[in-house]
Amino acid sequence: MNSSFVALAFIAVIVSVGAFIGFYAGTRRKMDLEQWTVGDRGFGMLLVWLLMAGEVYTTFTFLGASGWAYSKGAPVLYVLGYQPLMYVVSFFILPQVWEVGRKYRLQTQADFFHVRYNNKYLAAFVALVGIIFIVPYLQLQLMGLGMIVEVASYGAIQRTPAMIISFVIVAAFVLTSGIRGVAWVSVLKDLLLLFSAVFVGLAIPYIYFGGIGGMFAELVRAKPAHLVMPGATTNLGHSWYISTVVLVAFGFYMWPQFFGASFSAKSSDTLRRNAVVMPFYSITMPLMFFIGLAATLIVPGLTNGDLSMLTMVRKTFPAWFLGLIGGAGALTAMVPAGVMILTAATLFAKNMCRPILWPGMTDQQVAKLAKITVLVITVAALCSAIYSSPTLVALLLVGYGGVAQFFPGVVLGLYSNHVTMPSVFAGVVTGVTVFVALALSKHDPAMGLNAGFIALCCNVAIVAAVSLLTPAQRGGFGEQSRASTGV
Amino acid sequence: MRKPSVGAILLALIPFVAMCFSVSLWDRIAPMVLGLPFNFFWLITWLLLTPLCMWGAYQLEAPRASEPHREDGGRP
Repeated sequence: MNSSFVALAFIAVIVSVGAFIGFYAGTRRKMDLEQWTVGDRGFGMLLVWLLMAGEVYTTFTFLGASGWAYSKGAPVLYVLGYQPLMYVVSFFILPQVWEVGRKYRLQTQADFFHVRYNNKYLAAFVALVGIIFIVPYLQLQLMGLGMIVEVASYGAIQRTPAMIISFVIVAAFVLTSGIRGVAWVSVLKDLLLLFSAVFVGLAIPYIYFGGIGGMFAELVRAKPAHLVMPGATTNLGHSWYISTVVLVAFGFYMWPQFFGASFSAKSSDTLRRNAVVMPFYSITMPLMFFIGLAATLIVPGLTNGDLSMLTMVRKTFPAWFLGLIGGAGALTAMVPAGVMILTAATLFAKNMCRPILWPGMTDQQVAKLAKITVLVITVAALCSAIYSSPTLVALLLVGYGGVAQFFPGVVLGLYSNHVTMPSVFAGVVTGVTVFVALALSKHDPAMGLNAGFIALCCNVAIVAAVSLLTPAQRGGFGEQSRASTGV
Repeated sequence: MRKPSVGAILLALIPFVAMCFSVSLWDRIAPMVLGLPFNFFWLITWLLLTPLCMWGAYQLEAPRASEPHREDGGRP
């Protein structure tokens, strides 16, 4: 048997098992909008942990982490900085968002803005911005998947058919099982990924250098500058590190798909405990760095650093193991992609079409439109991945800078009675405009700071200024919940 | 929404100071600890200490959050 056949068989088996789990999870349940988008708010601690991990640790985290360690060096440490800190921030946001979500039966992030600020145009705008940043992120998953499957199958499947097959599967299990299907596929994906990250991350330094200590000793001799910031770059120094870690720590949970994942939890306490233990999953990240760092010594000169992990695995391990990594990698793209498709489709149907175009739609019609939108978004992401433009890739690499602009509206919406609808509207518009302008004109980082961080500062200033100028509004969650706790 | 307690916020600030704002103090190779450059060692250590801080914050916050039960399973 030749190696490409063996690897291909492993990938096919893993993806098929994942697809089966995804379909099976949704059978025997009535898929109304509530079940489809937020799993009837019934997920326990373990399933929420796996779903969140499934959404956070995407192909970009894994290919990108080893890729950055390979091509940039120490700046990759920002991943290890922001991941625990974003869970710290989530401790103070997600349980509260969940409480509000249960009380007002919210299903999307835009629902949150709609109810809190009592304005359907703000909600539709938030939905639109969310979708705009999700689609390139989705495209990134697709391209990562295509790359992984192509390399792991020794070229037996080209990336375009790999992308088409896997995304047809994703769209199918999203349609049949909704977020429940995605959460259960996550179980398989996380098990495979944890195993392969730990095994490969420890084995590669051991095989080539006798251990992690031996590898670093060699790196200190050969490339000491690679191990401290700014590493192999000129502009990713300490001010960039601080601004990026702050931006991502605050902004990460502003991705619209995390609101849906939060609403799917059984209780706010589930999310609070989840935030405490989530950092343990990040222990996989330094292992990814080790692979990238080992690759700088073993296979220097790769043009695409993102391929450093797969190149090392292919060079070191037998074909079946490469197939295992390929299958795990494919699921790592499919799980977050599933949630993103589901979220973008729900945002479009529920928060843009119904309130603005057809106010008379029933929940059943919204669900039907959302499912049609799933197909449209899948096809759109496939087309843009197949005929990708470099500008889009440049924009999506920093997509979190865009969604981070929702942070003031969410946090002040939860905790402040003084923030007003016009101020949040103006803040999001300002933040997104500044960020896109800086990112597209290649000013990221600008003045040594992350462009998204600069945009967020402008955003907060605008929110504060406009809130002081506009009359205070009645309503919001604060007053209503105070009124209802008295009942 | 009720604001979080001061104690929980202070506990949450510890990892922020340790992993983010103090970067210029620990971003160096020497001293190597357990075979790791100091910056890698420092961040991995705090990866494990952060849940400890947040466990403390949880002990402060969980009793304050009065936990209402799901009455109807969320169905209409």
